[in-house]
Amino acid sequence: MTPDLMEQGGARAAAYRSRTPSGKTESGGRAAGFRRQVEAGEVDIAHGRILYLEDVSVSFDGFKAINKLSLDIAPGELRCIIGPNGAGKTTMMDIITGKTRPDAGTVFFGSTIDLLRHKEAEIAQLGIGRKFQKPTVFEQLTVFENLELALKTAKGVAASMFFRIDSRDADRLAEVLRTIHLADDVHRLAGTLSHGQKQWLEIGMLLMQDPKLLLLDEPVAGMTDEETARTAELFLSLKGKHSLMVVEHDMSFIQAISEKVTVLHEGSVLAEGTLAQVQDNPRVIEVYLGR
Amino acid sequence: MSAVLPPAKLGEKSSLARVRERAGGEGLASAECPHPIPLPQAGEGVVLPARRPLLTKTGWTAFLIALIAVCAIAPILNLVVPADSAFHMSDYAVALVGKIMCYAICALAMDLIWGYTGILSLGHGLFFALGGYVMGMYLMRQIGRDGHYHSELPDFMVFLDWKALPWHWSLSDSFLATCLLIVAVPGVLAFVFGFFAFRSRIKGVYFSIITQALTYAAMLLFFRNETGFGGNNGFTDFKRILGFPIASAHTRMALFVTTGVVLLGFLLLLRWLVASKFGRVLQAIRDAESRVMFCGYNPASYKLAIWTLSAMMCGVAGALYVPQVGIINPSEMSTSQSIEIAVWAAVGGRATLIGPIAGAFLVNGAKSWLTVTAPEFWLYFLGALFIAVTLFLPDGVVGLVRKLARKEGQA
Repeated sequence: MTPDLMEQGGARAAAYRSRTPSGKTESGGRAAGFRRQVEAGEVDIAHGRILYLEDVSVSFDGFKAINKLSLDIAPGELRCIIGPNGAGKTTMMDIITGKTRPDAGTVFFGSTIDLLRHKEAEIAQLGIGRKFQKPTVFEQLTVFENLELALKTAKGVAASMFFRIDSRDADRLAEVLRTIHLADDVHRLAGTLSHGQKQWLEIGMLLMQDPKLLLLDEPVAGMTDEETARTAELFLSLKGKHSLMVVEHDMSFIQAISEKVTVLHEGSVLAEGTLAQVQDNPRVIEVYLGR
Repeated sequence: MSAVLPPAKLGEKSSLARVRERAGGEGLASAECPHPIPLPQAGEGVVLPARRPLLTKTGWTAFLIALIAVCAIAPILNLVVPADSAFHMSDYAVALVGKIMCYAICALAMDLIWGYTGILSLGHGLFFALGGYVMGMYLMRQIGRDGHYHSELPDFMVFLDWKALPWHWSLSDSFLATCLLIVAVPGVLAFVFGFFAFRSRIKGVYFSIITQALTYAAMLLFFRNETGFGGNNGFTDFKRILGFPIASAHTRMALFVTTGVVLLGFLLLLRWLVASKFGRVLQAIRDAESRVMFCGYNPASYKLAIWTLSAMMCGVAGALYVPQVGIINPSEMSTSQSIEIAVWAAVGGRATLIGPIAGAFLVNGAKSWLTVTAPEFWLYFLGALFIAVTLFLPDGVVGLVRKLARKEGQA
């Protein structure tokens, strides 16, 4: 086939797609369709999986932090990860975000993006946001500046020098500020916020990035009960449009938000199911309570 | 934005109730919000900060006063006012202030990399000296046949019995090429060094030590006669610059004014840079580098950019320093020189732009006064100053002044 014929074909396919009402694709609502063209750098969730880990192993000085871990997450899913200390929850997030290289295994974002080929900053640009266990914000910058830095824009050196905030960005900022209840603290230095507020600010920075997948490491640690409830609501409202992976120890919080829970133990998946199911699982009870 | 959050859900009581129901009435028992969460409405209640101007009105006034002082008042006081008048600015004062302004440029460069980005460099003396050496090579060629041996070659080459200029002197005849090399040589060295250092994620004290080692190695290299940089004597005995006699009052004043204008120009440039998002990314790297990375920025390229700019600024400072002081030798690359640059920045106040300039003037002013009145105490004084600033003035003199001003405002 000659190149211009291919171009014509591509144009016809694009025109066809634009005529088709969105949400009604030939694959029954999913983004899959056999006329669909995969675009480089775009996350391909046609196969119903946004994150896919298979047989991932990593060891530090002989200690197997992650041992043949296989896990996948559907688009729009809110997945809770629990497990005793040292189960490899944070290490798993390190692997997904490019901080740690696994010794073996594959990690895919969508069907086409091999995360092991990318660096931290690139993975963040691809659409994976991460909240750390310890709230990590820019303490010497104001709340506004913190969020502004997280804004989804070009992140190059020259682009930053000549960056000016436009009205759409400003609206976004205002909306996130309201969502995280820091609208009155725009000018405050992030270092002067309370622990819970810092957690919120960090979540807000994640929202500014507009990631497709959010990894949240103990998001409600140190929050008051009221803040925890608000966080639960926020996560439930994010579900569906974003995929979330939440690591948490607070069982009541997990009960409030979870549909599917994965239990990690010694670097691999011990059990998976609803919270009630895993809580009744004898192996889980054994791991958590000891023999 | 609506793609990110459907904010209306936040206010829905039902979701909270469902949350609690599923939690079996436990755990989130206190989830009963004392104040119901208000429904957010777009564009209401949130006042975003306006863009700050480059300088405030008082800032511009102060800037203009400084510019007039450098370009008009100092020349008049030095050249027009007679020497016996009380208002006469002595040649010594011109040389001293000119020299300190060069140091102030270095301190600004240090502040950029240390104060704003959190990377302590102990190698800025190297970039300063490199700029100085490039200028020195040009000044050596300007001597022409007026040297001791009346040769086309610089005196030290005749002394070493060299017959031709080495290759790296080939551009030293041209002032334009010299001007380019003054920024290019430190810039390229910093870029190459920084590229590997930042790519390997060397940071903190390791980076400081490596920069120090680099500077020391360069000093040993420049001490050697066969490298063609005049050995431990360096370059001196300059006669003219751009054809003007270098020791004349007018040439000295021209150099003084140039230095002052360059310093003020750099101040404006950095002010713009620091106020841009680029500057905030630098501070973010200082505070939480991993967060910067997971926001999608590549910290290495930001560090490399600011590191190279900082080195270039030091090169310019060195080039302005050499014709005013009349000598450049490898002692400029000694460890203590680089550490002193850091001291100026710390004393004045890190992560402020005016601080390092004030620090350079304070420390060097004290130095030139103390080394005359009590030369044996100077080093003790410098050490005590650094300890005192570290212990009691973490934000330097400027931080102290701001704190006092704030207290005044509250009282």
